[in-house]
Amino acid sequence: MIRLEQVSKHFGTMVAVDRIDMEVPTGAVCVLLGPSGCGKTTTMKMINRLIPPTSGKIFLDGKDTTGVDEVSLRRSIGYVIQQIGLFPNMTVEDNICVVPDLLGWPRAKSRKRASQLLDMVNLDPSVFLKRYPKQLSGGQQQRVGVVRALAADPPVLLMDEPFGAIDPINREVIQDEFMKLQAELKKTIVFVSHDIDEAVKMATRIAIFRDGKLIQYDTPDNILAHPVDAFVSEFVGSDRTLKRLRLIKVTDAMMSDPPRVKAEDTLETAVRLMDEHGHVSVVMVGPRGRARGVVRHEVARDLKGLVGEHQEPLPGIVNIKDDLRSAVSQMFTHGVTWLACVDDDGFYKGYITQKSITQVLGTTYRDR
Amino acid sequence: METIAFIMANLPVIGQRMLEHVSLVGVSVGVAILTGVPIGILITQSRAWADRVLYVASVIITIPSIALFGILIPVLSLIGQGIGYLPAVIALILYAQLPIIRNTYTAIMNVDPALREAARGMGMTTLERLRRVELPLALPVIINGVRSAVVLNIAIGAIATYIGAGGLGTFISRGISQTDIRQLLTGALSVSLLAIIADYALLGAQRLMTSPGLRLR
Amino acid sequence: MAATGLQTAFRLLLITGVFACGAWFQANGLLPAILKHRSDVIYLIRQHLALAAVSGAIAIVVGIPLGVILTRPRFEMFADAVTQVVNLGTTIPTLALLALSMSFLGIGAPPVIFALFVLTLLPIVLNTIAGLRSVPQPLIEAARGMGMTPAQILRRVELPNAVFVILAGIRTALAINIGTVPLAFLIGGGGLGELIFTGIDLMEPSMLLAGAIPTALLAVFVDFLVGQIQFWLVPRGVNPLR
Repeated sequence: MIRLEQVSKHFGTMVAVDRIDMEVPTGAVCVLLGPSGCGKTTTMKMINRLIPPTSGKIFLDGKDTTGVDEVSLRRSIGYVIQQIGLFPNMTVEDNICVVPDLLGWPRAKSRKRASQLLDMVNLDPSVFLKRYPKQLSGGQQQRVGVVRALAADPPVLLMDEPFGAIDPINREVIQDEFMKLQAELKKTIVFVSHDIDEAVKMATRIAIFRDGKLIQYDTPDNILAHPVDAFVSEFVGSDRTLKRLRLIKVTDAMMSDPPRVKAEDTLETAVRLMDEHGHVSVVMVGPRGRARGVVRHEVARDLKGLVGEHQEPLPGIVNIKDDLRSAVSQMFTHGVTWLACVDDDGFYKGYITQKSITQVLGTTYRDR
Repeated sequence: METIAFIMANLPVIGQRMLEHVSLVGVSVGVAILTGVPIGILITQSRAWADRVLYVASVIITIPSIALFGILIPVLSLIGQGIGYLPAVIALILYAQLPIIRNTYTAIMNVDPALREAARGMGMTTLERLRRVELPLALPVIINGVRSAVVLNIAIGAIATYIGAGGLGTFISRGISQTDIRQLLTGALSVSLLAIIADYALLGAQRLMTSPGLRLR
Repeated sequence: MAATGLQTAFRLLLITGVFACGAWFQANGLLPAILKHRSDVIYLIRQHLALAAVSGAIAIVVGIPLGVILTRPRFEMFADAVTQVVNLGTTIPTLALLALSMSFLGIGAPPVIFALFVLTLLPIVLNTIAGLRSVPQPLIEAARGMGMTPAQILRRVELPNAVFVILAGIRTALAINIGTVPLAFLIGGGGLGELIFTGIDLMEPSMLLAGAIPTALLAVFVDFLVGQIQFWLVPRGVNPLR
């Protein structure tokens, strides 16, 4: 856990950071967000004392860092910078082992650790350990940069726009990989970014800075749903509601236990079911419950026979684990107002409509 | 032809002079490395001092060698060493300062600030940073400075014969005073050859001592 | 605070040093002895400067066009080879070059001027090539795109952007030149070297210093002068020093 108490930094007469109070719980990813010059980077660098605070205290796991020797403090905190900063004169292996070597770990132990870490970011140790940074692509270099920070297994990680220098496609991939890694390692992370999308994707907590002040510190959904002032709402963007779609899973917005029919049911049964629920169509499932097709009210009411003979293909399906963004995207792609929701095995779990999505987004607004 | 005959007949003497020359240059550059590299590192801490030190070193290097020898002779004759090895070595040490200090200084100043920040953020002390990051990165450039110093000092070392320091320049000075083309050419060729060989040898040393990670591309 | 303290200490040390030298010279009777050589010194300085000026001027007049020609497309293939040879040439010790020059041209001013010319030419050619090659390709493309002829591109784009590097070459070259002139005496070319070498041979410190001190000052002064010219002549936009 990291706690900042009334932390300020003055450069001459300029107040770069003004009396910040915040607490990052253990295992959380806290993204410091704001325009350039807002004090977010300075705040982060005060945690490992690359910049000494002018006043205030910073506690790591309840221990005041003011008294700790700054070199040993930094060795106990992982650090990743935007420029990556791999040492070009060292191999990937030696780069990863920098901190363990500084700490005097036995060589065998640190080298073994290096190869484990490379494995974790999907770089084959037998290929990459002995390479030099210049022989790696930008994305590979950044992966090495991240595992280098993890080498001595520090509980806390500071990351200064770590994915900023990578092209958009690779950035998504590396972000996803990093989230997977984090789910496993559960480090306490302070992450500087100026990209709201990145923040929404990675953060458990977002801290928004402006002119050295902490304006809002909250969960991503709350920041998007309830920006405290005009600055925050402008910063998160006029499309902030669309951004929230990313934060909500289909399973949280769908109608579960939906009505369903089977191929051998009669159309009469289907029509009755639709009337009962006030629906204009009903999903047909297979013998074990997989979504197979759909029967529309206007077709079924004028005909006789079995559902299986008059079903049509499903207009669109969405996985319950997807976020609402992909659900809405599906709806627009197929020009429909509802989607069948299935799990990984294709079992029919519910349906989601434009109306239900609006409702879910609306609840937090009505909470106020 | 005559020259070749002369060279063949005087091989031992040439070897002797060559040795004198190499020792003159070796000792002076050796001392200059021991002083120049630490000075080059130290002045990275202060822009004002860097300007000052580099200015003084660049003034020294513009002083013509024979003039510097000439100034050193009366000064050193106070301790009875006016002529010979000592003034030559001192002048050569002074001349070697600029290339070595300047290259050390610029190489360290040119280390990517991101690397310095990474090193600091990972908890390296100033000395650890110097040893593990800055010096390895600066090494090729520093060796280049040593290379210039060596080539420069081989050339100036030839002139040192006029103040009695021996070396390959002796053949040239005798050749001139005795209008003996054979000695003249022997001296000129051997000293040129020495310079060219030293130049390539140090280029090779630079390649060997540079981290393979820096050699790429 | 510590820096300014050091600074004053440094300055004090320098002044004391110069003062002590002067006092010592005076006490030795060295200063009056040096001043005895005044008329010789003035004559020799003239000769000294004439050797440097003639050889330097020829080298500049030959060197820059040579560098320009070697970067033109028709001759560019030779540029690398020439650079290699020139680099090798610069490792040849100056005394050796003078000696070689004497063995072909005999004694007197011509072999001296020839040797100095070669010494001076090399850095000028090298830097002219390097300077012209360092002009960013987009600038040349833009100029071509605006319809400039190759000659116009050279005069309006390439040379102005290369002028700093070219002048840096001239500065190095002239420093080498003026540093080598004292050796001219050895092959009968005159100059201040006369006093120095004779002073060494006769073990006469006053004569030695009467040659050595003006030689040193002259070299430092010429280098300073060329440095100033370089600083003020190169327009602000392409001058990294301004």
